[in-house]
Amino acid sequence: MAKRTVIPFGPQHPVLPEPIHLDLVIEDETVVEAIPSIGFIHRGLEKLVEKNEWPEMVYVIERICGICSFGHGWGYCKTIEGNLGVAVPPRAEYLRTIWHELGRIHSHLLWLGLLADAFGFESLFMHSWRLRETVLDIFEETTGGRVIFSVCKVGGIRKDVTDEKLAEIAETLNGMIPELEELTEVFLEDLSVKNRLEGVGVLSEDDARELCAVGPVARASGVGADVRLDGHGAYAELGFEPCVEEGGDSMARCRVRVREIFQSIDLIARAAARMPDGAIDVKVKGNPQGEFVGRMEQPRGEAYYYSKGNGSKFLERIRVRTPTNANIPALVKMLQGCDLADVPVLVLTIDPCISCTER
Amino acid sequence: MSETSERKDLIQDIRAIEASDLLASVADVKTAGYRLGQACATKTEGGVELLYSFEKDEILKNLKVSLDEKRPEIQSISGIYWPAFIYENEMHDLFGVTFKNLALDYGGHFFKTAMPTPWNPAAVSAADDGDVDDGAAAAASADDADTVGAADETSVDTDGADEKKGGEA
Repeated sequence: MAKRTVIPFGPQHPVLPEPIHLDLVIEDETVVEAIPSIGFIHRGLEKLVEKNEWPEMVYVIERICGICSFGHGWGYCKTIEGNLGVAVPPRAEYLRTIWHELGRIHSHLLWLGLLADAFGFESLFMHSWRLRETVLDIFEETTGGRVIFSVCKVGGIRKDVTDEKLAEIAETLNGMIPELEELTEVFLEDLSVKNRLEGVGVLSEDDARELCAVGPVARASGVGADVRLDGHGAYAELGFEPCVEEGGDSMARCRVRVREIFQSIDLIARAAARMPDGAIDVKVKGNPQGEFVGRMEQPRGEAYYYSKGNGSKFLERIRVRTPTNANIPALVKMLQGCDLADVPVLVLTIDPCISCTER
Repeated sequence: MSETSERKDLIQDIRAIEASDLLASVADVKTAGYRLGQACATKTEGGVELLYSFEKDEILKNLKVSLDEKRPEIQSISGIYWPAFIYENEMHDLFGVTFKNLALDYGGHFFKTAMPTPWNPAAVSAADDGDVDDGAAAAASADDADTVGAADETSVDTDGADEKKGGEA
């Protein structure tokens, strides 16, 4: 039997934007076990619920993550709206859907760039992030912010978008498609990329289900789970089918995210074309009483939002379970049997967001 | 918009069970094909409430267990759903809940917090008084002497805060 060695990976590592630590037990160059450690950047954001009234907490929850901040804001509002029994106007639901899908495009482009950077393809990284800028520009034009938007509130949204602007957004995104096709073709067809992704870190469908994987990680292993199927937002009316791949390897996870970029562009175009007229918010009365468990499909996967109120302005609890939190057990499984040199890229393929995870 | 009947996300199934029934109930849920979505704790008056959420075909099923605040102790479900170790270690570090037979026990070192069990200080007080024989809870309180002040600095004064203030943030 080969000698076993423990190699510490992280919390500071060139491939990691945020700190996560792995104790890698290796035999020769093969990882046989990985023990994850997090907890370096726990901010206690959920505990701020004791100091902030529930209408203000949306701004705190948005700051859980700088990438999926709109989705977190929507998730929080959704659980409070469920708690209060508030019905949000259709126009607000459509605009929320558009912003959420814009967030998915920008998150996946960011991830593609980080992936390219991880396997040393710097020009691919730069092109991915160059295209992402267009999406950030749209956010800035419609919400006023590029990272934190503050447009979602309990009962609706704060800013309307004119139909002319919506048509312009759809046209802009449509204009991105040729460049996106050119970019993603490199990720999916280039030999050097294939060598780093194909057959690496395979997660079988059974393992994905057993380990309760979520988001693109689960869908790349053949699990057709997606919170957007539950009927919230505009998804039911727009018609939605999750992007599912069968391979379960790093390339399958990349392929799912690439497909989801184009799917999000399509969803935004259809939502813009079918945008209902009417109000963008409703007046919300009273304070949350009782509890409500809600979910969102963030770019990285399923997120949970649990709220418990006591009839006062301060919630007793707000709980956010983020997708990376749920995918850590799957990551541990993927790492078993991989080459040591593949660990950085493999860690990236779950699109880890440690700020989200620790909150 | 969609009719309410299509909104699976609005269906709330939250069932309170006894702590002694947890493993049997969770085993039943797994047999029925549900996957573990999340588990979390909530501080209540004199107690700690655990919520386990499971999902199947976009429908959620939640189990709720109430525990004593000084001796929050319960069986781990990580023998049934292995990924539960993530949530159980978090609940241990933030609420002082002890999980028996935890598949992967970080011994109070999963989260680095400025003070031990910040959501449930009573668990630490009980441990310091020798009221609780949980070694992990005591270990979590080992370095609190120089960090409690840091925790106080994170407090936010929201007196007079209103939505407008937040909107400008």
